[in-house]
Amino acid sequence: MTETRTLPTRYVTHPGELKTSSGRSLRTDEMIINMGPQHPSTHGVLRLEVVLDGEIVVDVIPHIGYLHRCFEKHAEHMTNYQQVIPYCDRMDYLSSMNNDWAYALAVERMMKIEVPPRVETIRVIMAELQRIASHLIAVGTYGIDMGAFTPFLWAFRDRERILDLFEMTCGARLLYNYIWIGGLSHDLPPGFVDKAKAFCTYFKPNIKELNDLLSYNEIFVKRTANVGVLPADVGINYGVSGPTLRGSGVNWDLRRDDPYGIYDKFEWEVQVGKGERGTLGDCWDRYIVRVREMEESVKIIEQALAVLPEGNVQAAIPKRIRPDSAEIYVRTETARGELGFYVVSDGTASPYRLKARAPAFVNLSVLPEISRGCMLADLVAIVGSVDIVLGEVDR
Amino acid sequence: MTAEEIYKSLSAKFGEALVESKLDAPQPFLVLDPKRMKEVSLFLRDDEALQFDFCSCVSGVDYNNGKLGAIYHLASMVHKHKIVLKAFCTRENPHIQSVASVWGGADWHEREAYDLLGIIFDEHPDLRRILLPYDWEGYPLRKDYKVPEFYNGMKVPY
Repeated sequence: MTETRTLPTRYVTHPGELKTSSGRSLRTDEMIINMGPQHPSTHGVLRLEVVLDGEIVVDVIPHIGYLHRCFEKHAEHMTNYQQVIPYCDRMDYLSSMNNDWAYALAVERMMKIEVPPRVETIRVIMAELQRIASHLIAVGTYGIDMGAFTPFLWAFRDRERILDLFEMTCGARLLYNYIWIGGLSHDLPPGFVDKAKAFCTYFKPNIKELNDLLSYNEIFVKRTANVGVLPADVGINYGVSGPTLRGSGVNWDLRRDDPYGIYDKFEWEVQVGKGERGTLGDCWDRYIVRVREMEESVKIIEQALAVLPEGNVQAAIPKRIRPDSAEIYVRTETARGELGFYVVSDGTASPYRLKARAPAFVNLSVLPEISRGCMLADLVAIVGSVDIVLGEVDR
Repeated sequence: MTAEEIYKSLSAKFGEALVESKLDAPQPFLVLDPKRMKEVSLFLRDDEALQFDFCSCVSGVDYNNGKLGAIYHLASMVHKHKIVLKAFCTRENPHIQSVASVWGGADWHEREAYDLLGIIFDEHPDLRRILLPYDWEGYPLRKDYKVPEFYNGMKVPY
C-alpha cells in the first residue's frame, strides 16, 4: 500500500468558478435569485434575475416594465403637441427640465421655430441646474448603496436649494412643465438671478467637501475601483451614452458634438474618466465624471447668468401647432445621456408617432455585459454607477 | 460624409438591397430590403470611411395602411455623420432581419418594437416582450389596437 501525501488545499477564485490549487473544480449548482422588484439598490422598480455560482454572478437578466404606462400611446392621443410636455416630465423625473427641452426642441426644429435669445439662455440655466440636481441624487444614493449615509443627506441639502429655485420659477419642485414649445411657461421671477448666483457661490466649496467625504474615501474607492469595467468599444456598440460612457474615457458630449441651444457660447470642458483609482471605465470613473460635471455645470450657469439678455420668453408660434407631414429625430444630452425624440407628424394637431429614446433604457441594457463574473455585492455597485431612473426605462 | 456619398458607396456594393432613398429630406434616409439588413449594417459599421459605430435609436412605426416600419437612426462618433435606415414589412408578414448582432444597442430597441408593434426581428438572440407583461395579448402601438376590457380575467376599471 503506497502512502499518498496530501497537500493542504488552497482555494483560488476565478470569476465564475471556484477552483482548488490542484485544478479540481468546486463548481456547484447554479442558483437563481431575484434582486428586486423592490430592492433599495435598484433605485426603483427593477427586477434583476441573477444567476449565481456561490457568490459569483454568472449572468444577470434585467426584467423591466413595472412602471410602463405607454407614454408613446398617450402622446398619440393628445389633442395638441403642447399637452405631451407634462408626460415628458414624468419620464426621467430627476431631470424633467432636460426632457421638456428635448421634446420642445424636436417640435421646434420640425416647424423651424426660432426661439428668442432670452429663452435660449434661460433654458441652458435650467438644464444645467437640473443636471446638478440629478447628479447630486446619483452621487448621494450611490453613497448609500456603498454604505455611506451622510453624503446622501449632504447631497439632498444642496439639491433642495436648486428645487427652491425651480419652485420660485414655476411653482413645482419635481415636475415643472416649464419649457414649452417656442419658449417658456413664464419669465424668471424677480430676484432669481441673484439667488442663482448665490447658489453657485454656495455650491462650489461643497463639491470639494463631497470629494473629501466620499469620492476619495478609502472604503468607497475599494468598493468601486476595478469593479464593473465597461470597455469603451463595448459601451459604444451598446449605444451607452452620457456620464456612463464618458467614464470609459470616450470624449463625447452632445452639447458639444451635436450642438443645440447656445452651449457653444460658453467655456466648459467635457469630463472623461481616466482610470485614476483603478481600471479605465470602472464604477469609480463613472462616479467621478458626475462629480466633475457638476463643476462644469456651475461654470456654464455662471456664464449664462452673466449674459442673460432681456426680451420675450415666447416666440411667435401658431396657436394650433400642426407641423407639416414630416419626421425628425432630435437628440440632446440629459443628465443620463442621449435623450432622443423621434417625432412623426401627419399634419394633424397631435403626433402620429412619438418615440422616446431614453438614455437609461439603453444604458441598462449593457448591465449583463459588465456584471458577469463579479461578486453579488458588486452588482449593487454596478447598478448604482449606471444611474438609471426607472420612470425613463419603462416610460 | 454627406448622405449622397453614403448612398453612393452603399449602392455600389449592395445595389438591389437599397429599395429607395430620399436624400433631400431634412434627415436623409435609405430604405433597405428587410431581408438584407444585417450585411448592409455590418458594412456600415465596419467600413473605414463610414464607421457607423453608434445605433442611437430603433423605432417601430405603424403606417396604418397595412405597413409597419422599423426606423434606425445611426451615427458615427468618429466621422460625426448620421444616416437613417428604414425597413418596411407588411402586417400579415411582419418580418425584418435583426441587427442586434451588429449593434448591441439595437437588441432592446428591437425587443421594444416587437413588444409594442409586433414586428418580428428574424435572428434576434432573445426576442421576448420587454415592457409589457409576458402574457400580454396584442400590440398596443398598432393603430387598430383596442384596449382590452379584461386582463387575465380581471376587469380593467376605466
